[in-house]
Amino acid sequence: MPYRFVDAAPTADVGFVAEGPDPGTCFAAACAATLATMLDNPESLRPSVERPLHVEAESLDLLLLRLLEELVFYKDAEHLFLAVDAVRVVGDDGAWQATAMGRGEAVDRSRHRLAADVKAVTLHGLEVEPTATGWRASVVLDI
Amino acid sequence: MADRSERAARLRQAAVRVADAVWEIPPAAKPGMRVPARIHATPEIFAALDDGVFEQITNVALLPGIVGAAICMPDGHWGYGFPIGGVAAMHPESGVISPGGIGFDINCGMRLVRTSLAHAEVRERLRELVDALYARVPAGVGAGGLLRLDDDDFRAVSVGGARWCVERGFGWPEDLERTEEGGAIRGADPDKVSARALARGRDQVGTLGSGNHYLEIQVVKPENVVDPAAAAALGLDIPDQVVVMFHCGSRGFGHQIASDYVQQFAPLMKRKFGIDLPDRDLACAPFRSEEGQAYFAAMKCGINMSYANRQVILHRVREVFADVFRRDPHDLGMHMVYDVAHNTAKLEEHVVDGRRRTLLVHRKGATRAFGPGMQDVPAAYRSLGQPVIIGGSMETGSYLLLGVPSGSEAFFTTAHGSGRQMSRREAKRRFEGRSLQHKLEQRGIYVRAVSFGGLAEEAGGAYKDIDAVVEATRRAGTSRPVARLVPIGNIKG
Repeated sequence: MPYRFVDAAPTADVGFVAEGPDPGTCFAAACAATLATMLDNPESLRPSVERPLHVEAESLDLLLLRLLEELVFYKDAEHLFLAVDAVRVVGDDGAWQATAMGRGEAVDRSRHRLAADVKAVTLHGLEVEPTATGWRASVVLDI
Repeated sequence: MADRSERAARLRQAAVRVADAVWEIPPAAKPGMRVPARIHATPEIFAALDDGVFEQITNVALLPGIVGAAICMPDGHWGYGFPIGGVAAMHPESGVISPGGIGFDINCGMRLVRTSLAHAEVRERLRELVDALYARVPAGVGAGGLLRLDDDDFRAVSVGGARWCVERGFGWPEDLERTEEGGAIRGADPDKVSARALARGRDQVGTLGSGNHYLEIQVVKPENVVDPAAAAALGLDIPDQVVVMFHCGSRGFGHQIASDYVQQFAPLMKRKFGIDLPDRDLACAPFRSEEGQAYFAAMKCGINMSYANRQVILHRVREVFADVFRRDPHDLGMHMVYDVAHNTAKLEEHVVDGRRRTLLVHRKGATRAFGPGMQDVPAAYRSLGQPVIIGGSMETGSYLLLGVPSGSEAFFTTAHGSGRQMSRREAKRRFEGRSLQHKLEQRGIYVRAVSFGGLAEEAGGAYKDIDAVVEATRRAGTSRPVARLVPIGNIKG
């Protein structure tokens, strides 16, 4: 599993660590963790709709925050759960971009086992950093 | 992590017990502290506070323009920037406004409604009642709201709040008198709210949310009434009276407003305003700056949307009770007791060092608790003080309290809940949702939940002892209990 949940310092919320050999794969793992926070059975999600996702930021951690915020946005604005298989991250210090295609469907309580309602992606402990084997992201979601 | 624990330990040791349930960490304890940090807690609660409370409340004391003290309520625990339970009053001219001092869920709050029903009348129909509420009050992740609003309507809701709802038949005019700010705070400006926030919130008016949000049917047992005269004056005047309490906020709307402005303020703090703070979750702007005023106006939109949210839910609750008991809600005596907000910043008048001053009071996971005689308390309650609702877990119950004169020491603020003491992961390891539901039913508490994982996370053991928290607020002099409310039915997202 490219991500694991950890005890969030604010006890009321959810934290996870996502990893990957490159930033894009790490970001895709973070997207999967965010979806799994909201949906207990993400494998039930059918790719019925697509939403192109494109975000920009001056740093990798804010880039990831904004990408994950897209998933939270669509959950509320369109009642969609979106899965992200791959993320393309390009750029350099001061100017980063992430692009992905979110695929999913409307919330369906007959098939989806609903979990937590993510309110926000927080800055708390937000980190995207290189490791010996690739990249690691630490995120805390406000529930 | 070791550094954080060591810092917290030093701050904990620096705290001096200055009153029965008030501890003070002097400014010398951390470089840059402008005022002391005060923690309201009994010795037992103090000993169990998490490290984050000490670090965060002393960071709050660093904020420019802070007046008096940075204060943490007894249900305090680790938050973002401010601890949950954090209170800070700022001089409006020299002080800052910080979204972390309000929280992501702007105007998360509680509403309490009485009925003229006694437990015996409800007992046999409890399952039907809870099932009907579960079916008809939207809850859980991705739920759509009870109102279909276009953009203009939603912008109007963000200005008109509960008043907008009552004007359109969702509630009674008296509901507004029993809501802080009359159900709509002045100065909201939807032009200061992002399109993204408007899009997130438009379809969520009349939704409960999930996590620690809930709707609960409770009983006021005679043995749990601490002040019978005050209880009767607040409408709790029947033995084993059934009441309804619900806890929810501004949903995706408020969350997005908070996120937008935290991200806007963070890079500006040092670069534009020359403010240097150790925690970017404390992102802030001078209150009188263009940015600070924009957030204040946007935050008020969040406050009003939340009032509208609770107003529409109340309307639906009255409808459900009417359908189940086949009686008009007026006939069922379903009058609001009060509605309180937990996460706000408001301009208020307080006496500091003998002088009456206007201050910007941040309350994050803390409840305003004005004392007797104060103007903003509804006329019907003014001689008593402002009603306060402190919510416990679905297993332990909640409290109705009143503000008291000595609350002036804490800008008339008291606790808001029992406060989490266990992470969500730990709670899911220790408790299992379906078996918890079954055990609660055996105890006479019928619970319906959208998520059993979420139910486990909200087990009573995940929270501090509500009785201990309320006792701490009494001993700290910020509120006094009127009645304990025992749950018999609950719906959760």
